Amino acid sequence: MTLILAIESSCDETACAVVRDGKDILSNIVSSQINVHTLYGGVVPEVASRIHVENISAVVAEALTKAEVTMDDIDAVAVTQGPGLIGSLHVGVQAAKTIAWAYGKPLVPVNHMTGHIYANRFVSELEFPLMALVISGGHTQLIMMEDEWSFEEIGTTGDDAIGEAYDKVARVLGLGYPGGPKIDKIAKEGKEHYTLPTPKTANPYDFSFSGLKTAVLQMIQREEKKGEQINIADAAYCFQETALQSMVKKTLAAVKEYRPKMLVLAGGVAANSRLRVLMEEEMKKIPETKLVIPPLYCCTDNAAMIGAAGYVAYMHGEKAGLDLSADPGMLMPGEEY
Amino acid sequence: MKKSTAYTESVEQTHQLGERIGKAAEGNMVLLLSGDLGAGKTTLTQGIAKGLGVKRNVTSPTFTILKIYRGRMPLYHIDAYRLEGVTQDLGFEELMEDDGLTVIEWSQFIPELIPDEYLSVSIRLKDEDQREFEFEAVGERYEKLLEAIL
Repeated sequence: MTLILAIESSCDETACAVVRDGKDILSNIVSSQINVHTLYGGVVPEVASRIHVENISAVVAEALTKAEVTMDDIDAVAVTQGPGLIGSLHVGVQAAKTIAWAYGKPLVPVNHMTGHIYANRFVSELEFPLMALVISGGHTQLIMMEDEWSFEEIGTTGDDAIGEAYDKVARVLGLGYPGGPKIDKIAKEGKEHYTLPTPKTANPYDFSFSGLKTAVLQMIQREEKKGEQINIADAAYCFQETALQSMVKKTLAAVKEYRPKMLVLAGGVAANSRLRVLMEEEMKKIPETKLVIPPLYCCTDNAAMIGAAGYVAYMHGEKAGLDLSADPGMLMPGEEY
Repeated sequence: MKKSTAYTESVEQTHQLGERIGKAAEGNMVLLLSGDLGAGKTTLTQGIAKGLGVKRNVTSPTFTILKIYRGRMPLYHIDAYRLEGVTQDLGFEELMEDDGLTVIEWSQFIPELIPDEYLSVSIRLKDEDQREFEFEAVGERYEKLLEAIL
């Protein structure tokens, strides 16, 4: 049995978890700051760092108490090294280093995005080769994994991440932050009304959302020029359908070419209700590839997923010294400069 | 101070304009990009990166606020979009004193970081695909840079 204490603070959640053998969650404590940041229309980095500092000790203590273990039982301390906000990441990395040093435990650095992929281990055994669609505020990537510790990027966004496009479109539609859930919700009341261009890319598995974002803006301006009010629900609906249909289509084409045993969704945008429905419908056409959609609690940032990824990393001998520092632009393993 | 205006009609032309900036830029320079969402700030920066010899594709830095690329000199791509209405110290001054090219989007949200001398580019989306780039060079080095790219 291997117990990992995992710490995550890459954005606006201060989180700590205790995970057994990479798949059983003994505790998973998340202290969210989202209400604070809603006031500002987004995450404010320095505010986020300060709140992380205030929360981190309590969150770690609670994770141990809830799991009914002490530091003596813990085999290794895993921490999100990146990608994320520099100040936020620092708080988690410093905490993890301090704990690892004080209790003489190995320190395991984890890439936040691999954490999102391994979050699926809480719902299903992972089968390889595996393809992951990693979608969040900062990422939109198709990752192919031949085994549990190899990563090959086969597609990525050439401009904006899908979550970022959601946030920006929500802002111009006056829907507020965070944009993902707001657009998802209001789009349910919308209908086919406006026509938006389907994103085009040179590599068939790459993504692009910047042009779509601009098209929404131009559409609003055109309507205003005509003296007409934009229908917000319809605009949200049309944006979401265009963005998701294009992403799902590309993912399916990649699945058909690479023929993985399993396709998993990962990251915050995997919580989108329309995407979940679309994926399930479309993947029925490819029954030889199993689709795993993480439960909502795994999509948002949490430390349990860092424990799951940290367990695999630890088993593969990944270890960091006490000079470990946060890496805000950390690349996926397998991604190249 | 020197002013000038350029127009592009496509993403490719915007990339080419950026590439000329990247090729002509010297170390320890600061570029300020302004313009609405969708104006083409990140697109121009993609060209600048290419001109600097950066191989990696430049993507939006909005989420992490700062992205660093390695070319013939480092490119620091800062996006202050999410810093509106708050004063904070994120250590960007240190980067700007470093021997690289710093490109700042939404610099109006971090006025305390704007140096005395700079090249500013104000981008406007005109009809459909036409974009207008208004350059303002402040300081001798930047005036020379502007001459070199236009």
